[in-house]
Amino acid sequence: MNIHEYQGKEILRQFGVAVPRGKVAFTVDEAVEVARELGSPVVVVKAQIHAGGRGKAGGVKIARNLDEVRKHASELLGKVLVTHQTGPEGKEVKRLLIEEGCDIRKEYYIGIVVDRASGRVVVMGSEEGGTEIEEVAARSPEKIIRETVDPAVGLLPFQARRLAYAINIPKELVNKAADFLMGLYRVFVEKDCSLAEINPLVVTGSGDVIALDAKLNFDDNALFRHPEILELRDLDEEDEKEIQASKFGLSYIALDGNIGCMVNGAGLAMATMDIIKHYGGEPANFLDVGGGASKEKVTEAFKIILADPNVKGIFVNIFGGIMRCDVIAEGVVAAAREIGLDRPLVVRLEGTNVELGKKILNESGLKIVAADSMADGAQKIVSLVQ
Amino acid sequence: MSILVNRNTRVITQGITGKTGYFHAKGALEYGTQMVGGVTPGKGGTTVDFDLEDGRKVSLPVFDTVRDAVRETGATASVIYVAPPFAADAIMEAADAGVELVICITEGIPVLDMVKVKRYLEGKPVRLIGPNCPGVITPEECKIGIMPGYIHKKGHVGIVSRSGTLTYEAVYQLTTRGIGQSTAVGIGGDPVKGMEFIDVLKLFNEDPDTYAVIMIGEIGGTAEEEAAEWIRANMTKPVVGFIGGATAPPGRRMGHAGAIISGGKGTAAEKIAKLNECGIKVAPTPAEIGETLVSVLKERGLLEKCLT
Repeated sequence: MNIHEYQGKEILRQFGVAVPRGKVAFTVDEAVEVARELGSPVVVVKAQIHAGGRGKAGGVKIARNLDEVRKHASELLGKVLVTHQTGPEGKEVKRLLIEEGCDIRKEYYIGIVVDRASGRVVVMGSEEGGTEIEEVAARSPEKIIRETVDPAVGLLPFQARRLAYAINIPKELVNKAADFLMGLYRVFVEKDCSLAEINPLVVTGSGDVIALDAKLNFDDNALFRHPEILELRDLDEEDEKEIQASKFGLSYIALDGNIGCMVNGAGLAMATMDIIKHYGGEPANFLDVGGGASKEKVTEAFKIILADPNVKGIFVNIFGGIMRCDVIAEGVVAAAREIGLDRPLVVRLEGTNVELGKKILNESGLKIVAADSMADGAQKIVSLVQ
Repeated sequence: MSILVNRNTRVITQGITGKTGYFHAKGALEYGTQMVGGVTPGKGGTTVDFDLEDGRKVSLPVFDTVRDAVRETGATASVIYVAPPFAADAIMEAADAGVELVICITEGIPVLDMVKVKRYLEGKPVRLIGPNCPGVITPEECKIGIMPGYIHKKGHVGIVSRSGTLTYEAVYQLTTRGIGQSTAVGIGGDPVKGMEFIDVLKLFNEDPDTYAVIMIGEIGGTAEEEAAEWIRANMTKPVVGFIGGATAPPGRRMGHAGAIISGGKGTAAEKIAKLNECGIKVAPTPAEIGETLVSVLKERGLLEKCLT
C-alpha cells in the first residue's frame, strides 16, 4: 500500500526523524492558512499524488509570499499531473502539502528495502541525491553504499555512521545523519514498510539533516497489524476495479489490451497473458480468481472484466486442481447467463472430469467455445476478437 | 529415488484442526502419505478422524506443541496451514523441535516475519520450503501440500517452480506424454523464502533417479539468473526453463508478493536471455514446456529412459 508524502512525513515525525515543518491542505484557503501559520519567508507548495516525478511535471512550486501561495495552490488543485509514473492519463491533484522552504546545501539519497537475495533488510545511501536511484545504479553503481541489517540486532549505530561517512555527509553532521538513519530504520520495521525512500535527504545551511521528500510503501501482508496505516489509504489514488476485485478475493490489474483473462493462480495468470500476446493478441488484464473458482467469484470476475469497455472477448483458463472441471464449468455457465454475457468467451479447463466440463460448456446454449488446450484457447480468443 | 520426501517420510500437519489443514491432510492420506499426527495449541490429547474415499477410517493424534508431536510420532516433516499472523512462529517452532523438513503452504505472511524466520533457521539442520507454495510431491510415494495428486506419475524428471498452478500445468504436460516425475517442488512466490532454485537443483543433480529438470520461474528478483549461472557451472543433467510474466508491466505486483519488476530489474526478457546464455532451453509459451523438454531429452538420448 502507498501513502502520500505528507502522511509519510507525519509518521517520520512521530519517530523523531527530521522533516520540514508543514501541513496538508485540501483547498486554496487552507493552503494560504497553513502558509500563514508557518510564517517562513519561503514556502513550498507540493502536489500530493501517489507517483514520483512530480517536480519535473510542475507539481512542486516555490512561493515567497501568501499571494504566490494562493496562486500556486489554485493552479495545482484540480490539475491533472502527468509524470513518468502516472501513465499518459495522469492523476488529478486533490491535496497539497504546504511546507517551509529550506536552505539546501547538498542532496543525498537514502533507501531501505528488503533484499531478496540475502533475505535481509538493506539500508542504501548515495551522495547523488535528487535523481532516480536506478539511474545512479546504472551509471555509477559504486556510488550506492549498502549496509545489510542482521534482524537479530537491527541496524547498529556503527553501520549508520559508516554509511553516513561513505556518502560524504559533512563530518560534523555525521551523528545527526546516523540518528536519522536509525529512526528511519525503526519506522521501516515497526510499520512493516516494503520501501522507505528519502530522496532527497538534505543537509541545510543551518546544519540540519532532514527529509525533503518521503516515500513510504507498506507490505500488504502486514496491514492486519497496522490499522493506523490502513486509515491512511486514499482510494482516489487506486483503480476502482482493483478495489472492487480485492473485496471478492480476486487479484486484478488492468492492462491496455482487449482480451479479458480469468485464470486460477498468479503464475498461470501471468503465463496466460504471455501466451495471448504470443499469438498476436493483447491482454486487457491480469486476474487471478484463486483456488476456489466458485460461481460467485466467477460472476464478480466477469463483472469486473466487462466493466472495461475495451474488452472484446474473454479467455478463461482454469487448471482444476482440487476442484472438478464440471463444477467449474457449471459456475462459468451460470455466471455468464446471470450477467448476460454478450461477447465471445473461450474456456479452457483441465483436470478431473474435463470431458464432462466441456460438454456442459458446449451444451449451455451460450456462445461459449470450449478449448482443447491453453494454446488452442489462446489462438481461438485472439481470432474471435479480431 | 527422489529428493526431499519419499515413502518413509513421516508427516505432521500444523493447523490440522482448521478447515484447510484438515482438507489437505485428508488428501495426503488418500494419496498414501504417512500422515502421523497434527498440532493445534489447546487441542492436545484429542484426535482428528478421517473417512477416506477408499473406505478407510483413520484417526490422527493432535498435540499442543510440535515438540510433543515429534517425540510421540517420530515425525520427520511438518506441513503448515496456520493463518498468516501465526505462520512464522509455526515455522520456527517446527525448526526448534528438530523437524528436518518444514513445508509452509500459508499465503500472506508479512515479509519482515520471513526475514526473522530466515535468520532463525540459519545453522539449524532444517530445510524450509515456501511459504506461499503448493508443497512437494514424490509421485506414488508422498504428497505434502495442496497439489492435485492424480496428475502426477512416477518417473525421472525433477520440477522446481515459483508458481503453483503453472507447476501443475508442466506436470500434466509431462504425464500426458508418458514422462514421469521424480519429485516436484514448489518453492513459492514470496520474495523471502526457504529453499531457492539452486538449493533444489543441487539435490536433483545428486539424485541418481532424476535425469532432467524443469525450472519454472517468473518475473521479479534475480533468483533465475543466479540459478542459470549455477547450472552452467555445476549441473550434469539437462535443464529446461520457462519464465512467466513477459507481458507484465513494471512496478505492478502480479498476485505473488515476489512477482514484481522493480527498478528495471527482474524482467522476463532478462531472465530468458540469461537462461539461454547458460545453455538452458526456454519454452516459448507455457503450453510448450512439455514439448521443449521432449526435444531436449531426444537430443541427449534420454527420452526412452524418461518414458515411464
